[in-house]
Amino acid sequence: MYPHTHHQTNQPILDVSHLTVRYNGRDALENITFHLHEGERVAVVGPNGAGKSTLFKAVAGVLQPSSGEVKIFGSVPNKHVCIGYIPQRSQVDWSFPVTVSDVVMMGRSAKLGPFNWPHKKDWEFVNHALETVEISNLAPRQISQLSGGQQQRMFIARALAQESELMLMDEPLTGLDTPAQEGILNLLDRLKKENVTVMVATHDLDQAASHFDRIMLLNHRIVAFGEPKAVMQTNNLIKAYGGRLRSTDNGNVLTVDDCCDDGDDEHSH
Amino acid sequence: MIVVTMGMMNTLIDFLLQPLQYQFMQRGMIAAVLVGIVCAVVGTYVVLRGMAFFGDALAHTILPGIALGYLISGGARDVLFWWALGTAILAALGIGAISKNSQIKEDTAIGIIFAGMFALGIALISTVRSYAVDLSHFLFGDVLSVSTHSLWLILLFGGLVLLVIFAFYKEFTTISFDPVLAATLRLPVGLLNNLLLVLIAVTVAVSLQTVGVALMVAMLVTPAATASLLTHRLPRMMSLAAVFASLSGVIGLYLSYYLSIASGAAIVLTATLLFIISFVWKKLKQNR
Repeated sequence: MYPHTHHQTNQPILDVSHLTVRYNGRDALENITFHLHEGERVAVVGPNGAGKSTLFKAVAGVLQPSSGEVKIFGSVPNKHVCIGYIPQRSQVDWSFPVTVSDVVMMGRSAKLGPFNWPHKKDWEFVNHALETVEISNLAPRQISQLSGGQQQRMFIARALAQESELMLMDEPLTGLDTPAQEGILNLLDRLKKENVTVMVATHDLDQAASHFDRIMLLNHRIVAFGEPKAVMQTNNLIKAYGGRLRSTDNGNVLTVDDCCDDGDDEHSH
Repeated sequence: MIVVTMGMMNTLIDFLLQPLQYQFMQRGMIAAVLVGIVCAVVGTYVVLRGMAFFGDALAHTILPGIALGYLISGGARDVLFWWALGTAILAALGIGAISKNSQIKEDTAIGIIFAGMFALGIALISTVRSYAVDLSHFLFGDVLSVSTHSLWLILLFGGLVLLVIFAFYKEFTTISFDPVLAATLRLPVGLLNNLLLVLIAVTVAVSLQTVGVALMVAMLVTPAATASLLTHRLPRMMSLAAVFASLSGVIGLYLSYYLSIASGAAIVLTATLLFIISFVWKKLKQNR
């Protein structure tokens, strides 16, 4: 077995304190402090290059903090295999010769350990995960044949097969049409019942406000963090987005004029 | 009619069997098939990870090692495998380290080292009077001079490479498809990456006599690329690539025998032809 740590259940699922991540000589994240409760759904909202991907990678234990610390159930993330990281779809090689069930089975790699091939139990996990995200019929397909929404569902299934308790989803709704977005949001509602904690990076302020328990407004530091009503105040949004904010004439709905290229958040591995 | 068919059959059988009466042809065939299978399986990861340039550079970088072994041993061939193996592993891990923490761009750094080392190899070999012949064997291979001893080494180390790939199949596939997932699953990503580099290095050493350093990249890349045109499943891609590589070895050696072409070049040309056929076939199928 690859190493993983047992959970101290009296600790919060995620506890971030004074997290700072520097790279390329500047602070991508500055002094971030917050914690999440089990089963919570949090939207992380902020302009491009605000550090959303960096935050997720630090929480996943893929990127080392420059200072401060991240704790998952009381211990550092590097020891946990319960964190599912769902990449931006644009960062995936869709021509890779694997099927949907192959990709979902990758989520079992850690629990399987070295030298082991999938057992019957692992296939049950994979099949159940595919059923949960409603793409069982696509299991034998090559991944290039999926639509955007199906690609996203496949990665959620992979995180479920991994037995993730914390799912970090980087822009899962970007580039999807409205029905596909609704499908993913409904799926997130169902995950809440299974007590999966979810952090979602998104550009869409309306969706963040209507589908999530709490919203984190991020621009290198936390501008505001709390229930949607408290966070979605004009002054907070201006602080996070600066000049890039637009308000529509009818009512006080705010949308953000922002493209989806998170250039500053890219990492090389 | 039947007599004519029988006659043609006999001619064909003669055509196929005649070269095999020579032991060096038999050994060459076995070597070409074994090397082809190992190269094809390892090459599948080389293709999927976009490491063709790394493979080419690695093969060229080992030339000074071979040259040194050649000078020290006074021209003996059987010990060269060990020199090639040692240099290849060192070079693979060295190049791997450079690409991780380099001031200049990765491919530029690799290019500088690979050309420099290659030149050093040529310089060393050129100090020997009969160097032209020996150099061309290192560069382009000389599968017909494979000894029984070398054949056992190929079998042993080639088998070892395949065994390690089989053992770490899911890990190698995961780090190749999604390194971030591999990191969140706490797989030892750095260690696995280096292990894969070492496997490529061993493959290069094993293939040295068959295709030589200059044509090595073709054996790593071409059969796997051909297979990638025809299937979307990784295990199938590996086995198809192995079939194409073995076929290239066998057909290439017949071509070499009957047309008096250099063996390494004949094998690589056959592999290239198979690629072109698959490519055209796929294009036609798509357009239909």
